[in-house]
Amino acid sequence: MRRIYLDNNASTPVLPEVLDAMRPYFGERFGNASSIHHHGQETRAAVEHARDSVAALLGCRAAEIVFTSGGTESDNLAIAGLAGSGDHIIRSTIEHHAVLHACKHLEETGCDVTYVPVDARGRVDPDDVRRALRSNTRLISIMMANNETGVLQPVQEIGKIAAEAEVYFHTDAVQAAGKVPIDVKQIGCHVLSISGHKMHAPQGVGALYVQKGTRLQPLFYGGRHERSRRAGTENVPGIVGLGKAAELAMQGFTRGNDKKMCGLRDRLERGILAQVEDAAVNGDGAGRVPNTSNIYFDHLEGESMVIALDLKGLAVSTGAACSSGAIEPSHVLTAMGLRMDRARASIRFSLGKQNTEEDVDLALALVPETVARLRELSPTYQRQAVSS
Amino acid sequence: MPKPRTIAVAMSGGVDSSTVAAMLRAEGHNVIGLTMQLWDQRRMAGHEGMPEAVTGRCCSLDDVYDARRVAEYIGIPYYVVNHEERFERDVVRPFVAEYLSGRTPIPCSLCNNHLKFDQLLVVAQQIGADCVATGHYARVEFDDVRGRWLLKRPADRSKDQTYFLFGLTQEQLSRTLFPLGGMTKPEVRELARKQGLALAEKPDSQEICFVPGGDYKRFIDAYLAEHGDALPDTAGELVTTDGEVIGEHSGIHNFTVGQRKGLGVATGSPLYVIQINGADKQVIVGGDEHLHSRTLRARRVNFIALDDLREPVRVSVKIRHRHEPAPAMLEKISGDEVRVTFDQPQRAITPGQAAVFYQEDIVVGGAWIV
Repeated sequence: MRRIYLDNNASTPVLPEVLDAMRPYFGERFGNASSIHHHGQETRAAVEHARDSVAALLGCRAAEIVFTSGGTESDNLAIAGLAGSGDHIIRSTIEHHAVLHACKHLEETGCDVTYVPVDARGRVDPDDVRRALRSNTRLISIMMANNETGVLQPVQEIGKIAAEAEVYFHTDAVQAAGKVPIDVKQIGCHVLSISGHKMHAPQGVGALYVQKGTRLQPLFYGGRHERSRRAGTENVPGIVGLGKAAELAMQGFTRGNDKKMCGLRDRLERGILAQVEDAAVNGDGAGRVPNTSNIYFDHLEGESMVIALDLKGLAVSTGAACSSGAIEPSHVLTAMGLRMDRARASIRFSLGKQNTEEDVDLALALVPETVARLRELSPTYQRQAVSS
Repeated sequence: MPKPRTIAVAMSGGVDSSTVAAMLRAEGHNVIGLTMQLWDQRRMAGHEGMPEAVTGRCCSLDDVYDARRVAEYIGIPYYVVNHEERFERDVVRPFVAEYLSGRTPIPCSLCNNHLKFDQLLVVAQQIGADCVATGHYARVEFDDVRGRWLLKRPADRSKDQTYFLFGLTQEQLSRTLFPLGGMTKPEVRELARKQGLALAEKPDSQEICFVPGGDYKRFIDAYLAEHGDALPDTAGELVTTDGEVIGEHSGIHNFTVGQRKGLGVATGSPLYVIQINGADKQVIVGGDEHLHSRTLRARRVNFIALDDLREPVRVSVKIRHRHEPAPAMLEKISGDEVRVTFDQPQRAITPGQAAVFYQEDIVVGGAWIV
């Protein structure tokens, strides 16, 4: 069976060039980047080269990049590193669990947290952020692009609000990095999170941009790695991979690859909507990252759809997997005011650099027939068909 | 060699369903493993009177882990499907409501009727399987003479689970496989060992899957507290069969017909709960002789071996899971209500439990005791 992977917002394959760049650092170049000898110097150079590449991707200085174990750590370091007991935090209702649960933890330890809503298209209104400001507001955390809908948030406007109010602004750019150009100066954020495996680098590596002069409380205690902002021996192969992926992303933007990806996504989306009734795009009309399409198909269970498609070789996703691997209705879609049955009937298609026109053709052949089959067997669809 | 079919196996992470999956796979079928996520075991953990952490039980992460490992080992696709909402609506809430009304519910039957052989069957069909196989000890076969699907008792009588399956419809039975129906439990374990399943020695689960530690009273308290509801005041009088008030009780949901311990009164001869009167919150107590009755009425009848009951028939009737079927006459008294008249009085006929009717090995049908 040919397998097509359209779940790149969950994880992306490591690109061959990235793997090639990483390979020596699993073997002959194994030194601890803090060591003074040749072996240490070799890996130190690789880490700093990667830091330059990631800094270039984000439009900042290399010294402003802290390497972490991934998006979750970056988010936690940003939030717990900047806010503490007595502080007020503003965040949206559609943040990733890494931000949601980090804020929730701080709430339990004496922070106040305001949850800014989103509109039906899944966008935060910057005025809501402004109105939520208080005298003790310390941090605003609003993501750059949502993981489930791909909807881009008005981070520049929020950056201005943060600057006027003189509060920290963190943006979780895990789903934006590599997909749309990022310039931390334009955004006006103080901290910004990215994750390797969402942009064709390996799992287990990420980075946090920390604006010069921003004092962060570290999460870990140990050596003075990463300018004392993140203790622990560097994950050199991972960091090298992230650096290479950042370079490739930059090249991609100059070649217009993001526009090509957008064309592929739009063809998939339009193709599905042309063949399937009672379906629509969640977040339609809002600016989105070019790879994501979240579609609801009335009268079916997204869970069954994901399983049925997987058994035919097409990997997509719905909602968020809980610890057992079962699917829970998406907090993002319900925050957009989507009815519970539609939230459960929503499927996320997310493309990666490896996907081809042929992949989209195959998906376009599989999705409509699977929807038809599921609806035929759906108790609610039958009731509706009888009543209409 | 039977023709390969696409079969969804309901995998709980236990020996029985794991063995079913391995058996069907070895027979060459196209097997898909499904685990139903029905209840968040952490949900009640830490509530007053509830354990801090729960492990090794149905729907626990450990069981999902075990099921996933088996699926991976035998080489089948495996998925966890979330039916927590339906389970709470159709099993947990009725369970709590029944106890608060003075009845003794059987959640496993509700789960079979509303989830395992309903929701799961829909999911199975949607993902391309034509039937669901489970690890229940029961047999299902088509009877040409009657033109009906029959539910029959299994080879291993000590593991017979037909009592919990009486609610299955013809449509459900036609799409159900019970591959363990002809085997004994030791044979199943032996087969699990032969198939190399690591969990061949895993102990059987016995208790109600969503009630940690088996203490349903504490579960009801914790469940209501979680909803912000106070436990309704179901306290009332302890009354003897002669109508004499001999004390107070703490709430009707703390009692089950036939119960002897925990009545809180001391008398010369042993006292048992004879009846629970939900309407006026009375618990009627009396001597053992009052516990025996020759008749019962039951509602929401489901017939399996017959399309309907037109005249009284001789059957054997089981009134609780651990009860030897007793000979009786079964007759219909209205649309969905039946009366059972036993040859010999039966002890502790309990409202909320099921009465399941057998003729030899065949499950004629069943209904809920009122």
